[in-house]
Amino acid sequence: MGAAGVATRPAPTERAPVIETRELRKQFGRIVALAGLTMTVRRGEVFGFLGPNGAGKTTAVKLLLGLSAPSAGQGRVLGAPLGDLDTRQRIGYLPELFRYQGWMTAREVLALHCELARLPQSSRPTGIDEALELVGLADRSNDRVETFSKGMQQRLGLGVALLGRPELVVLDEPTSALDPVGRQDVRAIIGALSARGVTVFLNSHLLTEVERVCDRVAIVDRGRVVAELTMADLVVGGGVRVRVTGLPDAAAVAGRFGRTRLDGEWLVVDAIAAEAVPSLVAAIVSGGGAVHAVMPSHHTLEERFLSLLGAAHDGPADGAAPPSGPETRA
Amino acid sequence: MNHGAIFVIARLTLREAFRRRLLWALVGLTLVLVVATGWLFGKASELSPLEGGTQQLVLSQLLVMIAFMFSFVLTMTAAFAASPAIGPEIENGLLLAVLARPVRRADVLLGRWLGLAVVVVGYALAAGYLEIGAVWLTTNYTPLDPLAAPIYLAGETLILLTLAIVFSTRIAPVASGAIAVVAFGLAWMGGVAGGVGNVLNNDTLRNAGFVAHLALPSDVLWGGAMYALEPPPAVLAAAGDQARIFTISPFFAGTTPPLEWLAWCAVWIVAALAIGVLLLRRREL
Repeated sequence: MGAAGVATRPAPTERAPVIETRELRKQFGRIVALAGLTMTVRRGEVFGFLGPNGAGKTTAVKLLLGLSAPSAGQGRVLGAPLGDLDTRQRIGYLPELFRYQGWMTAREVLALHCELARLPQSSRPTGIDEALELVGLADRSNDRVETFSKGMQQRLGLGVALLGRPELVVLDEPTSALDPVGRQDVRAIIGALSARGVTVFLNSHLLTEVERVCDRVAIVDRGRVVAELTMADLVVGGGVRVRVTGLPDAAAVAGRFGRTRLDGEWLVVDAIAAEAVPSLVAAIVSGGGAVHAVMPSHHTLEERFLSLLGAAHDGPADGAAPPSGPETRA
Repeated sequence: MNHGAIFVIARLTLREAFRRRLLWALVGLTLVLVVATGWLFGKASELSPLEGGTQQLVLSQLLVMIAFMFSFVLTMTAAFAASPAIGPEIENGLLLAVLARPVRRADVLLGRWLGLAVVVVGYALAAGYLEIGAVWLTTNYTPLDPLAAPIYLAGETLILLTLAIVFSTRIAPVASGAIAVVAFGLAWMGGVAGGVGNVLNNDTLRNAGFVAHLALPSDVLWGGAMYALEPPPAVLAAAGDQARIFTISPFFAGTTPPLEWLAWCAVWIVAALAIGVLLLRRREL
């Protein structure tokens, strides 16, 4: 959805950066919440920020929005230093811990945020109606928020984040309280934002959600980015599956090309470079095997996510990134 | 500082107060109290064997005692309205969405303070003037300065409101409200100690009163309210020796608060708000 929406725009690497951070660090006493975040998000991208619980994702979001001050490092959002007050007019934010004034109606909450965001008076009524329509709350607009379910409150939060047509929308776990229909709606909204050229920073641990909407992801663990990849790189994974007969020790023959395993008649070779595949096939044939098919091996996002986290955990134990730095294929 | 945001938050606070039943319950109870005390004053005045200046002194003391009770109600109202103003809104996430807008933390604190100040000051003035009016209607007693007395009470409430809102940036609401009320009691006792020190010419007690007034000047303004509710000096003079017994009462003020102490009240509020802003800015969201 997201990747298709940006097909006619400049390649991601040519677009202006919307978020840039360099060694951003946040420490609470002796606890390091963010060890040194370095990443770039470009205009119009739907950028997934993935990581296990406690990886520092929400802390990173708070630093980007100026809700918390970094202990070290630097960053810029929409060209301004972190925490710049005027820049916040151009940012929409749905917090993970979303809560709105229960005694107000949905429409009043949106009107309040129009005032806080200093949106022009003339655009407010239309903006509020659009937001209510977009998040499916038009028929409940005059009901008090305290009568809303969690899911409806999250929808309202999304509406608040979209007010004033922001250039950057930061969504922190935007579907945590939503049912499958609600999740689909959110994906559609993110797709529409992407098509409009809005940058979306999606903080989530729901891999399927990220897989469906993001152009690029950063995987963060123990406060550091361990990989920053396009979705295509993330799910393809650089392996092949070869259907082989007549060679019982095919796995041993292919061992020098990468990690191998047998899956019935299929020989799976992980982490093999594309240019080494003809040599692999030649080695199997010269060993007496018959090759019936060669296919790229697709990892699920979950497999890749876990393998990247596993690799990061095998590195230095203090939470620092492996010596070679994060894997980057943008 | 974004003055627009301060007023948006202040308006939001006002709207919230008016939509809550608590405020209207308080207004209803106050009206009942005004009617009841008015009737009581009427009866006391009708049945009293006293007359002239002495009777006016007794009526003033009754009025001061009711004002004292009223100031306690005001303090409780201010403390418990202000103590959940900031902290719980950080903890439940409500302020996250607000502070992600072009709004400073100082705007939130000052806006909340301003909105609550309008509510409690408005309530103090309205209830104070109603009470004085009810007493005048039923007894014909006119205090020395009926216009100033509710203003002093409102100022006293403002000080406690400020204290509670500063605490609310860091301390849990119940603790914050309780500390504000206890501080109010201690400040009053400090003021009484200072008064006794003056009567007995005891420097230790006098200094205790001075320190209490510096730390929390609510009692300075309470002194102003008492003085404003007393009979005019001519009436006291006419009462002669009978008036003297009242002058050592903790519910009697011989003079209006000096201007420098009134200025200190204003400085104290500004300084406390500055500390509150600093505390809130240093708090992790």
